[in-house]
Amino acid sequence: MALDSKIPNGPIADKWTNYKDHINLVNPANKRNLDVIIVGTGLAGGSAAATLAELGYNVKAFCFQDSPRRAHSIAAQGGINAAKNYQGDGDSTFRLFYDTVKGGDYRAREANVHRLAEVSTNIIDQCVAQGVPLAREYGGLLDNRSFGGALVSRTFYARGQTGQQLLLGAYSAMNRQIGRGKIKMYNRHEMLDLVIVNGKARGIIARNLITGEIERHSAHAVVIASGGYGNVFFLSTNAMGSNATAAWKIHKKGAFFANPCYTQIHPTCIPVSGDHQSKLTLMSESLRNDGRIWVPAKLEDAQAIREGKKKPTDLTEAERDYYLERRYPAFGNLVPRDVASRAAKERCDAGYGVNKTGEAVYLDFAAAIQRYGKEQVLIHHLDANDKELIIKLGTEVVSNKYGNLFQMYYKIVDEDPYKTPMMIYPAVHYTMGGTWVDYNLQTTIPGCFSIGESNFSDHGANRLGASALMQGLADGYFVLPYTIGDYLSPDIKMGPISTDTPEFAAAEKNVKDQIERFMNTNGTHSVDYFHRKLGKIMWDKVGMARNEKGLNEAIAEIAALREEFYKDVKIPGVANGFNQELEKATRVADFLELGELFAKDALHRNESCGGHFREEYQTPEGEAQRDDENFAYVAAWEYTGKPSDAVLHKEPLVFDNVKLVQRNYK
Amino acid sequence: MKLTLKIWRQKNAQDKGAMVDYQIDGIEPDMSFLEMLDVFNQDLMSKGGEPVAFDHDCREGICGMCSLYINGEAHGPDRGVTTCQLHMRMFKDGDTITIEPFRAAAFPVIKDLVVNRSAFDRIQHAGGFISVNTSGNTIDANAIPIKKEDADNAFDAAACIGCGACVATCKNSSAMLFVAAKVSQYALLPQGRLEATDRVLNMVAQMDTEGFGNCTNTGACEVECPKGISLENIARMNREYLSASLKG
Repeated sequence: MALDSKIPNGPIADKWTNYKDHINLVNPANKRNLDVIIVGTGLAGGSAAATLAELGYNVKAFCFQDSPRRAHSIAAQGGINAAKNYQGDGDSTFRLFYDTVKGGDYRAREANVHRLAEVSTNIIDQCVAQGVPLAREYGGLLDNRSFGGALVSRTFYARGQTGQQLLLGAYSAMNRQIGRGKIKMYNRHEMLDLVIVNGKARGIIARNLITGEIERHSAHAVVIASGGYGNVFFLSTNAMGSNATAAWKIHKKGAFFANPCYTQIHPTCIPVSGDHQSKLTLMSESLRNDGRIWVPAKLEDAQAIREGKKKPTDLTEAERDYYLERRYPAFGNLVPRDVASRAAKERCDAGYGVNKTGEAVYLDFAAAIQRYGKEQVLIHHLDANDKELIIKLGTEVVSNKYGNLFQMYYKIVDEDPYKTPMMIYPAVHYTMGGTWVDYNLQTTIPGCFSIGESNFSDHGANRLGASALMQGLADGYFVLPYTIGDYLSPDIKMGPISTDTPEFAAAEKNVKDQIERFMNTNGTHSVDYFHRKLGKIMWDKVGMARNEKGLNEAIAEIAALREEFYKDVKIPGVANGFNQELEKATRVADFLELGELFAKDALHRNESCGGHFREEYQTPEGEAQRDDENFAYVAAWEYTGKPSDAVLHKEPLVFDNVKLVQRNYK
Repeated sequence: MKLTLKIWRQKNAQDKGAMVDYQIDGIEPDMSFLEMLDVFNQDLMSKGGEPVAFDHDCREGICGMCSLYINGEAHGPDRGVTTCQLHMRMFKDGDTITIEPFRAAAFPVIKDLVVNRSAFDRIQHAGGFISVNTSGNTIDANAIPIKKEDADNAFDAAACIGCGACVATCKNSSAMLFVAAKVSQYALLPQGRLEATDRVLNMVAQMDTEGFGNCTNTGACEVECPKGISLENIARMNREYLSASLKG
């Protein structure tokens, strides 16, 4: 099967406009006769549900949490990009497009990224109109901050809770439609299979997580908005429940899975503290605007700190190595995430790590507190020689900007980051790979769409900070509502779709069989036991740096672990009731397959790009070495029975508007 | 650390439920409270028991999914945190810890420590929104300047995570702080003023329908709120409600 990305013809700046002018529309009366299922209620799913309902479609939205407001988009901290150019610092649609393609290490689809940049400004207008309290300046206008990989300030934010506020905005738009009866909300429901009728996605099988009932739900189209698969690593910044099941189930039913190896390891997370660790906590990238990252310049100082004999504040400026500022003078602490993460790993591997495990670097706000304090003293005509006052006022400014993050750090680590530098280390955060979609955000299954983090299309091999929120809302508010209409227009006379068909029965049986098998295995180990093991394989061999030998080992080890899982997992409780262990089992079963495909994809991509770093392919300075001649394509995998037999399809990436160069942040 | 846990066990909504005592050892101060429960559940399962069900998701204090009434306090003894951010360093070796669900007539128990908080969603359906279409064809985001102070106050109200600690803490099981936070957020913004009258009337009516109690100004909700939502919001909602009632 040849992949057709359906990218419209014409100059890049006109593609989306021309395309919208010529697609098929569904008239308002007919929209009432069409049902759409949306799985996931984060920024992408929530905004899509609200918008489609508003347009007139009957929406059925599903989430596994107890309310759509809890989707993990809520945890995004730093901000959302938009090419408003309110700061007049040279930003434009083209520049946001260019930065995103470059930041993605030239592995994203140009047309999709340009469309994203085009609609970015609408998102901000929309959110303000919805009452999202974005940060403002004293003049009453919106404030911006800068983020990694950009030379302009285009990031809008709501303190350190931007994701929360944007999600609550989408949630409020959903609530309006739920109140009107246009969205039927299914909380505490998990999609466990896709139903295909005559080659088209026509429904899902879902488990009611309270009663355990297996339910059939039909629709004229199914939208997957279930987020990323970072929890394949067990430890990540994802929520505990974040899972790949919906995306993986559609993959097994025919949707190609693209670039699974593109995973973002975020540079600023709170380091692992012990074996009991259940998840990792992100410290927003926005902190790198004001925080300086360093390790001791001398090995003996690093060792003394690890042993508790020295404190970071004991070290003079000369005894510190601000390695990002040293290696990348142009971007300094604001290099993209993949670059910052690898640089931290390099220093720690070389023995300069600063916590007990040797896997942590410092993020220091002392200089920022001084700088802001001095500014405040001048603004308020106070004593410029009062050192304590400067620290007090500077601390207030930093607290205003990042207060909730500092508090979060303090509660977890029990150290005051206003007084001593934070310790941070990279952690799995976001997955750029995902379901392959065409320009319409449709997967290779007709009628099955994939939006937000669950698709692959906009971030290439590395996502820039503050772009995930942008993409989720762009897909849901402004892209899918157009493209899905084009798909649905032939279905207006179809009427409701029956769930009383052999296709629904077969899918339901499939789900029931899997659950029965889990309940009857009666093995010796809990689901977490297997999930932790999988996570360790992934982190050690498919993590920040990968090589051929390790990847081959990982593939074999994951396959063996999967076999052991099915033989030896133990699920207590009952299937026909609330059972969190059973929920975990169905998710981990899918991670155990996805992990293998992930490693297979990483093994086949004989280059380094963005978040995918193969040790065999690096420049003499240790930077990622791309191979554009052989690998400038999207790797879209087709499921044929098991992950090891997945068949590779290539979508060549054509760059007409951006010149491919080695990324340079020096 | 060695601890005695007294945990509410209830098979399902129909079951009567009871407190059950357990012993646990090997707990470290750096563990979060929920990690302690993870370890406890793993231990319980290895002995053939059924794990304790509890709600949790983001484990960084923002999703509002975790609950738990610990030693008589919503989200436990620490201040300004959710249960997932509570760490075992707040407890001592040998302590007895009582763990119950968030109790309120409007929050029925689903299983063990898991409750149904859908009543909160239904209150939001009644008016927790501004009726703009999501077409994006609205005015420029900077067309209406908003005083920074108002925007900041709106943000402070909007920081509510909908966990329900306010209800669980209140002797009347009142949801006033939760409702007031949303009413305030919109009341403080020019975009929200247009529908302010209907919003406050509809949300309060739904709150009463759901069976939440009245507010008697004890202020317990503010103390236990993990996000520091201020009582001022309740005062603001009362003003909004009064002026809406007079108009209505």
